[in-house]
Amino acid sequence: MRVLRTLARPFTAPANTPASWVRGVLNYALACALVVGVVWASLIAVGVNLDFGFAVQYRQRIWDGFALTVQVSAASLVASLVIGAAVAVGQGARVLVVRYLCDFYVKVIRGTPLLVQIYLFFYIIGTAWGISNRFLAGVVILSVFEGAYIAEIIRGSVISLDKTQLDAARAVGFTRAQALRHVILPQMVARTLPALTGQFASVIKDSSLLSVIAVIELTQTMQEISAANFNLFGCYFLLGGLYLCLTLPLAFVSRYFEKRLDYAHDHTRAA
Amino acid sequence: MRMTIRALRKSFGNTEVLRGIEFDDDVTTLAVIGSSGGGKSTLLRIVGGLETPTSGTVAVDGEQVDFRENALPAYRAQVGFVFQQGGLFHHLSARENIALPLRTVHGVPADEADAWAQALLTRFGLEAEGGKRPAQLSGGQQQRVAIARAIAPRPKLLLLDEPTSALDPEYTNEVLDVLRDLRDDGVRFVVVTHEMGFARHACDKVAFLHDGTLLEYGESARLFAAPQTPELRKFLGKLLEWSV
Repeated sequence: MRVLRTLARPFTAPANTPASWVRGVLNYALACALVVGVVWASLIAVGVNLDFGFAVQYRQRIWDGFALTVQVSAASLVASLVIGAAVAVGQGARVLVVRYLCDFYVKVIRGTPLLVQIYLFFYIIGTAWGISNRFLAGVVILSVFEGAYIAEIIRGSVISLDKTQLDAARAVGFTRAQALRHVILPQMVARTLPALTGQFASVIKDSSLLSVIAVIELTQTMQEISAANFNLFGCYFLLGGLYLCLTLPLAFVSRYFEKRLDYAHDHTRAA
Repeated sequence: MRMTIRALRKSFGNTEVLRGIEFDDDVTTLAVIGSSGGGKSTLLRIVGGLETPTSGTVAVDGEQVDFRENALPAYRAQVGFVFQQGGLFHHLSARENIALPLRTVHGVPADEADAWAQALLTRFGLEAEGGKRPAQLSGGQQQRVAIARAIAPRPKLLLLDEPTSALDPEYTNEVLDVLRDLRDDGVRFVVVTHEMGFARHACDKVAFLHDGTLLEYGESARLFAAPQTPELRKFLGKLLEWSV
């Protein structure tokens, strides 16, 4: 038993505690090797020979698609923050029509697939109201979609605001505006920032669906290239890799915010 | 400082918590005692401008408190308030908890506010803790910072709502010591408390609140030695049952 335990030591850490960095790097490499190995074996089994040579040939188009994905996502993030904040406020409104409208919006948007919304919006509402610019339509659709999720994130953080904190803000003599600026907003930002960063990764991934209305973003670009060179798997592997280039850093940023802004728990004393 | 309370009533929904409180006296150090649910905290919160009465008036030094929402921040800025727990701003360091209201509410320049905050922390034995956030402090340290924040703008009156009820016994004393020192320095306070030893020996006057009425009031020595009402006798008797 003791021999087994000694042999297993470089590969284990107590549950829910971080590993030392040497052990971390070693085992992370192991996990990656495992995934790559399975994918590699699968590729060999189906006889696919990956070739990324096309990437150089089409680099300008790929770059343009990549840039458009970033632009659509960034514009949608800003717009969906505005929508989400407004809806979160609206859900607590005194005017009942406004309150129920916001509630209905959140439920319908979260309850239907983005693909359905894209088609219906673009071909019915977009046509009826003369939104023919595909970039603009894409941003509007994506913002409306993500806005519902952001509204829920913001509403959750409002609910979780500690009542004593608001009492304390009043007790020191803050006006409403001062309490909002010095207490409520900083605490809400701290609570929502990790989730919002994660939501940005979702926006980036969801923007790929805009390819169905021929917005020439990254996914649509890759589909066009694969239609020309028949290198379907090469194109989709590269596509996945390029999305990871955007979303992985966001995952780290989100984790960083989570640790940095979690002042309700004490991380220094635990160490 | 003279406090005058007239026919003060407060209801939450159908529940009447305060049923006509009358009070008129100079306040130096006053302990408010009584069993749970008797309206002690509600009374303190009304006096602190955190709750509006259903009817009746509160006046401080002859000046009636205006309970309209836009007039209250100015009044609250003149009194200090310490909560049972969790009253410090979670996202700010101990020093900033004290300095921020000084700057934004009282218009103290930033460097003066910081220096004053640090001086208060030092006075309460917290000179090394100024940079820590509330979650990094012990319960007793948090309450001492909360008291420092409350007295920093030199309020007319300090109000404390069960400042030690959420603390372990060893932290209770360090907070009560701070209050005794403040009393010796002439700080006026009203404290809602279950610490009868503190009420008896460190507070000049004691008010016994029972079922929403001010049942008994007077010098603390007299009140504890010779309670007049059966309710207070019963209340004190219960507390003595398990004392050493």
